[in-house]
Amino acid sequence: MSGAGGVIETREPMLELDEIHVYYGNIAAVKGLSLTVYPGEIVTLIGSNGAGKSTTLRAISGLLPVRRGTMTFLGRQLNGVPDHEVVRRGIAHSPEGRRIFPRMTVDENLDMGAFLRKDKEAIAADREMILELFPRLRERLDQKAGTMSGGEQQMLAVGRAMMARPQLLLLDEPSMGLAPVLVDVIFETIVRIREQGTTVLLVEQNALAALDVADRAYVLESGSLKLHGPADELAEDPEIVKAYLGG
Amino acid sequence: MVSDVPSRARRMPGLAIPHRMRWPLGYTAAAVLVFLAYYYVIPNLGAGGQTFFRNWLPLTSINEALVWVICALGLNIVVGYAGLLDLGFVAFWALGGYTAGWLMSGFFHQVKIHIFGGATATVPGIHISFWLVLLIGAGFCALWGVIIGAPTLRLKSDYLALVTLGFGEIIPQVFTNGDNIGGFNLTNGSKGITPVDPIGIGSTRLGPFDLVWKYLIFVLIAAVVVFITLRLRDGRLGRAWLAIREDELAASMMGVPLMRTKLSAYAVGAVAGGLAGVAFATHVGGVLPDRFNFSISITLLAMVVLGGMGNVWGVMLGALVLAWVNSTGLPQFGSSFNEEFGTNINFPSYNFLLFGGILVLMMLFRREGILPESRTRLVLHEPSRTDMESLGADMEAPAPELDESASLKTAIAEGPVIADETGTGTGMGEKV
Repeated sequence: MSGAGGVIETREPMLELDEIHVYYGNIAAVKGLSLTVYPGEIVTLIGSNGAGKSTTLRAISGLLPVRRGTMTFLGRQLNGVPDHEVVRRGIAHSPEGRRIFPRMTVDENLDMGAFLRKDKEAIAADREMILELFPRLRERLDQKAGTMSGGEQQMLAVGRAMMARPQLLLLDEPSMGLAPVLVDVIFETIVRIREQGTTVLLVEQNALAALDVADRAYVLESGSLKLHGPADELAEDPEIVKAYLGG
Repeated sequence: MVSDVPSRARRMPGLAIPHRMRWPLGYTAAAVLVFLAYYYVIPNLGAGGQTFFRNWLPLTSINEALVWVICALGLNIVVGYAGLLDLGFVAFWALGGYTAGWLMSGFFHQVKIHIFGGATATVPGIHISFWLVLLIGAGFCALWGVIIGAPTLRLKSDYLALVTLGFGEIIPQVFTNGDNIGGFNLTNGSKGITPVDPIGIGSTRLGPFDLVWKYLIFVLIAAVVVFITLRLRDGRLGRAWLAIREDELAASMMGVPLMRTKLSAYAVGAVAGGLAGVAFATHVGGVLPDRFNFSISITLLAMVVLGGMGNVWGVMLGALVLAWVNSTGLPQFGSSFNEEFGTNINFPSYNFLLFGGILVLMMLFRREGILPESRTRLVLHEPSRTDMESLGADMEAPAPELDESASLKTAIAEGPVIADETGTGTGMGEKV
């Protein structure tokens, strides 16, 4: 899974954040964060509550404005691109708290994920691929999403984001509130999503599991970058272990 | 209920009539039945039967109810489909009505424009054919839907409702006071614009007593609105509206352009409001500004909520019932009651007490309306797990490390049991 870092970094970056600052009103949530994601990687952002992880994802997907700094995706500037355009550029966001459409069926939710796409055959193929990743969803295609359990809703949220056939998938706390067995399922799926060619930027409080699947990791502390490096090295860094892995 | 959910058709494979044709056939059958009843049957009933129908179900009350249906279907797009609470929908009814007033009367006596109009070619004023005015009114209201919708785009729930309420008050006020706009009489003030030309079909003009033909025309307009509503709902735009209603932010993240999608809901809804306005002007033969007050907006909303927000047939039923109660049912019940018991109670003045009471009861016992939208019914009655669980998830968030180690332990303890459980397919550890 990991350890390929040296090879990857010679490639063109897919996403590049350069000293971005993001504010909620007058409060700075992200202060000068720089970050790079290369194609085919799983990169994780870890850090405690309020470190600015989710804020960073929201800035990338256009939900929050970036006050200073630049964001570049596939060579094009991403600053100021509205959220519904960001999807078109190839970034899908599975948001915190799942945010599935409760009164739509599972099938309709997946369908919404492909809202901007017109290639019917490719959509059908992707739907099939997602239902293979999450067999549970296939059993529940006609069920209203709001009546499913939290774990199933999380699978749906990830699957729905995948339906946009993104080049970069942003996952915000996919394991939050889930039973441990489901957490494993979700993380296994993240690895399989990458195997199918989608780059993943993962925000997690479950640092242990995140470092396990990621190639590289960025550790955030109160809105700034604390350190970054290959995930397997960080997993053994005594300071990280002490602060985030409960060691 | 005639539902259009495709899965319904899948579940009824033996049905002889194609699913697509079911509502048009049912609708036409019902419309023709009513037509035949009023054209042939009722005029040939005995005096008693005729009196009964004249008192309890006059055709004019059905026509008026159809106007309400058209307007409520428009409001249903805004409120039921897109989830944008609109408390000022009367504005579109008024705008449609005044379109008819301006373009189908002698009001603008300065000019003399006749386009297939329903008046003698020598009289002054603008006299345009009813059918053209329908189109013009629809387009005019769509434009106003966008104008009124635009400032509300960034607002949600209560604030949105308040701004629409404001517009619902402003527009009738403009009509009431518009008799001297820099010396120009635009609306004739509180006197309104009367009379409005009769509807023309070919060379015949429908007089005030050709109710049966007006009925057919209104039924046709309602059918067009139903058709457009259903087609839009099942299309891409309908899905986008639905997604916005469910979760605006998530919809936007799927690539739904919020502004354009919301504005199109306002515009399409306003088109129906405009059609209703034009139809109403010809129904009563004029436009009067005091007919367009706040209570109309509330009654329309009550129709949508009572019938079943988001379901075309529910809204239609709600509109027919409430409009009938308002125009005929309650006054007639009142006069029968007073006659019977020698009392002198003014029943129609209690209509809002009645409506309010019905709404309170509905909210307590059947929140989804009489004929609910199929997707709402389930979720309202089986409490959504999203609310509960996302609340739970939020509560867990502040103590992640603790939670992490605790859940690891449970994982080890429950691991084998849960692994066996795959067949039951529920949320595993998430069961409440």
